[in-house]
Amino acid sequence: MANPSASDDYFRFFGLNQQFKIDLPALDQAYLAIQKEVHPDRHARGSDTEKRLAMQMATLANTALQTLKNPVQRGLYICQLHGVDAKLETNTAMPAAFLMKQMEWRESLDEQAEDLQALEKLMDEVKASKQDTLTEIAQAIDGAKNYQRAAEHLRGLLFIDKFALELDDAIVALA
Amino acid sequence: MALLQISEPGKSLAPHQRRIAVGIDLGTTNSLVAIVRDALPKVLSDAQGRELLPSVVRYLPNGRTQAGFEALESLVIDPKNTIVSVKRYMGRGVQDVEHIESAPYDFVDQPGMLKLRTVAGDKSPIEVSAEILARLRQLAEDSVAEDIVGAVITVPAYFDDAQRQATKDAAKLADIEVLRLLNEPTAAAIAYGLDNASEGIYAVYDLGGGTFDISILKMSKGVFEVLSTGGDSALGGDDFDHRLYCWVIEQAKLAPLSIHDHRTLLLACKHAKELLSHNPLARVHETLADGTVVNVGVSQAQLFEITQNLVTKTLTACKKALRDAGLKADDVKGVVMVGGSTRIPSVQRAVGELFGTQPLNNLNPDQVVALGAAMQADLLAGNQSKDDEWLLLDVIPLSLGIEMMGGLVEKIIPRNTPIPVARAQEFTTFKDGQTALAIQVVQGERELAQDCRSLGKFELRGIPGMAAGAARIRVTFQVDADGLLSVSAVEQGSGVQASIDIKPSYGLTDSEITRMLQDGFASAKEDLLARSLREEQVNAQRLLDAVQTALASDRALLSKEEQATIDQEMIVLQKILNEETNSEVLRKAVDHAAKASDDFAQMRMNASIQKALSGKNVAEI
Repeated sequence: MANPSASDDYFRFFGLNQQFKIDLPALDQAYLAIQKEVHPDRHARGSDTEKRLAMQMATLANTALQTLKNPVQRGLYICQLHGVDAKLETNTAMPAAFLMKQMEWRESLDEQAEDLQALEKLMDEVKASKQDTLTEIAQAIDGAKNYQRAAEHLRGLLFIDKFALELDDAIVALA
Repeated sequence: MALLQISEPGKSLAPHQRRIAVGIDLGTTNSLVAIVRDALPKVLSDAQGRELLPSVVRYLPNGRTQAGFEALESLVIDPKNTIVSVKRYMGRGVQDVEHIESAPYDFVDQPGMLKLRTVAGDKSPIEVSAEILARLRQLAEDSVAEDIVGAVITVPAYFDDAQRQATKDAAKLADIEVLRLLNEPTAAAIAYGLDNASEGIYAVYDLGGGTFDISILKMSKGVFEVLSTGGDSALGGDDFDHRLYCWVIEQAKLAPLSIHDHRTLLLACKHAKELLSHNPLARVHETLADGTVVNVGVSQAQLFEITQNLVTKTLTACKKALRDAGLKADDVKGVVMVGGSTRIPSVQRAVGELFGTQPLNNLNPDQVVALGAAMQADLLAGNQSKDDEWLLLDVIPLSLGIEMMGGLVEKIIPRNTPIPVARAQEFTTFKDGQTALAIQVVQGERELAQDCRSLGKFELRGIPGMAAGAARIRVTFQVDADGLLSVSAVEQGSGVQASIDIKPSYGLTDSEITRMLQDGFASAKEDLLARSLREEQVNAQRLLDAVQTALASDRALLSKEEQATIDQEMIVLQKILNEETNSEVLRKAVDHAAKASDDFAQMRMNASIQKALSGKNVAEI
């Protein structure tokens, strides 16, 4: 059930179950349904209080949507709801195998910076790795309810996303 | 116009209460005002039947001002006091404006926004724009019998906070209630999308007289969602004129020209450019003041060559916007062309090639922005029935950040974030007993603060004295639906609300606006006292209307006692509104009545969210 005062739980705000494997179409629908009511354009001729409330609720809807739509943000948010802080700023310890793969990717990118085909192949690999990690996170959160393990995978996902962005920059530069 | 069958106003609103709100396209070269009449948006024309008002203002020695066509006639004879393309100077300092040396004005360089020295004194670009807005307001008032409740004014999507604030200040000077600042390409998308019942991903390519915008939108039934936006707020048809002008000077081997000759030749180049949109060849043929005859032929191909890098600049922005939206060119179903400069054949060709589709030109590129603004104004005024309402979701065009130690920028709100949006950031003190803190807010994509636009210095005062690092000040940056920033701060531990002193780098303080009004802004017909009384009367009426509408639909949310209290408050306010002539007394009465209805507003907001999420409604979307 929806709960507008539940600004502390974005899932409840949208009337959704709290899970990592989120129903994206349902999220978009709930978001639009709420914006159709609260967006400042709906209250342009309202009292000052009404206008202020409209801005606050529309802001909350936007923040909640951005958080739940992005897998990393969504995962971090669920962990946080369960008292697990991923400590992104301070905790950079990663499993050795993961670090090895990261180094491999970086080397490939540096060595093949001019080779569009090779970079696109690398991108496929990175995307596959991202998909695997997402599956792991979903398993950890929705299945095992192991938020510590989810946080570790989320830190990994952050690395992958960052690398994918650099790789995309290199591909765009060549294309 | 299948989707435009706008039904009669909702049940709570009798037909005679239909509220008129106008859409204003405040352009670099021309400005327009439009309204929705009989369910159709229409650009208003003056007594001579002219729809485009040239965005030109002339200041005369006797304190009078001219605007529009009247001013345009003096362009060549009185160049220093006849201001064109003032939009380029909105929210800008002298160092910010490209080719400022070729403009014929005496600029007054000062911190923040520049001024223009005229026979009638130094004028801020805000004052000049207000003259144009006042003419448009007059035109609208002459055209409709009803009172006009407000306006939607369009701005380039790529306008930053300073430029948006300047536009809003100009409206305030011109005595126009701004219902919303609307991005120009978004306005065009509304006009185009509703007209054609479009669904899918569309791009709006908007090349006006002085600004360029590209917006990527997702349109679906009843929803316009901006995915990304980009552009250059100092690139437009003016630059094409300038390139051609420089080329002609080179071809004709002319020595530096006087201000008069400069204006004459520039106008001739502008005409030649316009001719080349329909003809393969044109000729710049003018006689200068000293009798020198300039006679230079120019072909479409030559114009293409000398302006090619301007077109390329727009294409680079298009690619960036696509990338920001996570899309490829062939995901775009259609490109809506907006702005007079899109008539240039090489622009049409280049855009068609980039997106692999024939650009959409079926709406008049000069009018489409004003028409969309009028439709949005009609929606905001509450004239659409619930079923015909559409939802507009727009984004912030440029990242907002704060200056950190060493002059680096820390981004707080990245570009293309949907608005309204708020982000909070914690700060601390670095000295024992420190009670004040200064935060420099910047807007832009560069890493160094000095390369971004400074929006202002926010000084936090009244922080409780504590040991260094002990205070935790939470600063909230809120961007509203107009794309305008406001800042608030609170000390976390003590809950003390730190007061904020804003030193705007570009905007006007309230006292500056008051001074401009006192200085005898040309269109201000009444004195300040009368004006402030009328403003409060409008506020009071707005509150009464809002509460009446709210009670009509949601009275059931209140207990009998609560209903009685609010009813009584409104009766009292209505009585004071009818009789009171002191604006201060009226203001207090409005505040009092507003307090009594605040909880009701909160209840209604909560109830509407509950309703939105109840299964039935979700399925209907």
